[in-house]
Amino acid sequence: MSDYNFAYLDEQTKRMIRRAILKGLAIPGYQVPFASREMPMPYGWGTGGVQVSAAILTPDDCMKVIDQGADDTTNAVSIRKFFERTAGIETTTRTSEADVIQTRHRIPEEPLTEDQILVYQVPIPEPLRFLEPRETETRKMHALEEYGLMHVKLFEDIARHGAITTSYAYPVRAEGRYVMDPSPIPKFDNPKLSMAAIQIFGAGREQRIYALPPHCEVVSLDFEDHPFDPSKAPHPCGLCGAETSYLDEVIIDDVGGRLFVCSDTDYCETRRAEGHRGDDQVSETAA
Amino acid sequence: MYVAAKGGERAIENAHAWLAEERRGDSSVAEIELAQIREQLTLAVDRVMAEGSLYDPDLAALAIKQARGDLIEAIFLVRAYRTTLPRFGASRPIDTTVMACDRRISATFKDLPGGQILGPTFDYTHRLLEFKLAADGDTTPRAEATVASLEPVPHVMGFLNREGLIEDPPAEDIIPPDLTREPLELPASRALRLQALARADEGFLLGLAYSTQRGYARNHAFVGELRIGLVAVELEIPELGFAIEIGEITVTECETVNQFTGSKTEPPQFTRGYGLVFGQVERKAISMALVDRALRWQELGEDNVGAAAQDNEFVLSHCDNIQATGFLEHIKLPHYVDFQSELELVRKLRRAASPEARRDAAE
Repeated sequence: MSDYNFAYLDEQTKRMIRRAILKGLAIPGYQVPFASREMPMPYGWGTGGVQVSAAILTPDDCMKVIDQGADDTTNAVSIRKFFERTAGIETTTRTSEADVIQTRHRIPEEPLTEDQILVYQVPIPEPLRFLEPRETETRKMHALEEYGLMHVKLFEDIARHGAITTSYAYPVRAEGRYVMDPSPIPKFDNPKLSMAAIQIFGAGREQRIYALPPHCEVVSLDFEDHPFDPSKAPHPCGLCGAETSYLDEVIIDDVGGRLFVCSDTDYCETRRAEGHRGDDQVSETAA
Repeated sequence: MYVAAKGGERAIENAHAWLAEERRGDSSVAEIELAQIREQLTLAVDRVMAEGSLYDPDLAALAIKQARGDLIEAIFLVRAYRTTLPRFGASRPIDTTVMACDRRISATFKDLPGGQILGPTFDYTHRLLEFKLAADGDTTPRAEATVASLEPVPHVMGFLNREGLIEDPPAEDIIPPDLTREPLELPASRALRLQALARADEGFLLGLAYSTQRGYARNHAFVGELRIGLVAVELEIPELGFAIEIGEITVTECETVNQFTGSKTEPPQFTRGYGLVFGQVERKAISMALVDRALRWQELGEDNVGAAAQDNEFVLSHCDNIQATGFLEHIKLPHYVDFQSELELVRKLRRAASPEARRDAAE
């Protein structure tokens, strides 16, 4: 612990990152370039989120780290240990006890409060990237608020398939201005993006930070006659019986048996501790 | 009763222990020492220093040992260490004219002041496995002259420039930005491009440079000069008012002479490509010079033929192997959640496209 500064990064770097965060909060959804550092874990493993967390953590904070909604996935374990080791902070798996939650691909089911910060790990921050590969072009498009290409893409989806075929990293518009990639959360989570907590998105390899201040207006892109549909698997959780949580599909034998369980492990455990039970039934067919 | 998979923490610890064991290999074989790596795998050490952008042969040797010989992993270890080091100053530009050359060749002139120095090169070896090396160990003859020339060796480009046949070195009156302290913003200046190329992946640059030779933005390159040797690194000390030498580094420098028939803005003349790399990393220095030249199409008023090597943004966004390998390999990480939403979507689309659904729609 004494070998490195609190939370690994030096104070100059933290200051640079905090400035980017403040700018991001002032312009919701705008991607702020920042001088991302090489971290002791690979790009793609959440270096952006880790740098944001390192810059905002204080010694009294309690931290939770989830990947795919779960505290026990290998990379969540690894990042939690990183901060235990370099910051000596307390960690938890309980959503309600955490001051800072770093996440990959999910928003916790339990609503967050104004006292909490949610930090996202972002692979590709640019929502227009797969429509236009050039950064010089996409920055211009954002500056000119030129989002026609995105609407055409969504429209073509409907024309071809009868539905919008983006099921995660579903684009949103923040405060009526910037079109933003909410990171690869399932679109089921999109309605939660307007929340009480501060949300900060860190993309290390792509050197971008963006943010949503509390109670920010976040709208998933759609059409009047094809409204946004935050779908999930049409089952209750097999363990806790929750009807409204996002579910993982687990294959449990080699004859097509599967079980649907909450992807948010803390939510599921808390419900079971409260006495909720699922029917633990294997649904025979997926569809 | 189904129990959700747990135990990520223990799995990680066990994986790390196994990794350490595999790194050591058969314990009846002597453990490799850092000095052996540093002295006998010097070209691997040089590559790790170049792409790790940290000149420290001992640390590079340690990284190679720790990474089990995976050079990109070793480069990553060095980069992650480098980023934590404080910056206490910037050296003066190194002067390669006074390089103590181990090797200096020109492909454009048969003889020239300073001479052709072949140096320690693989170029004219026959690539036959030396089984004696396996059987008896070191039986190599001593070389006659292994001491580098200490006379200043003028650059070949200078001779061409005297006649005005080659463009003046493109000058950019800017303090070069630091790629590792500021985010890369595009389009990038040449100073920034060269900085990125100097630490770029050797294989990526080789492929791009090769593509220009095969006609994807061909730029008719000759190796005007290639030199490898020691140069002094000097640091200006404000309290003293002059510069002092703080050490020596080996670098490889390549200058290419490229044919150019002129454009709307420039007369016919030879043009330049430049490569400079830490250590003895010849293949990369030549590749860098070719790619540098290809990226200069705009400034020279050439046509953009749409080749990858001409594309500033394409090259700079993808040349860093630490970024590339990280993002590529991250798809090993769990993606259950995204995959689940894709499963739901495909099932929904299939239901809509099923014969029954179509029949219903027709009725």
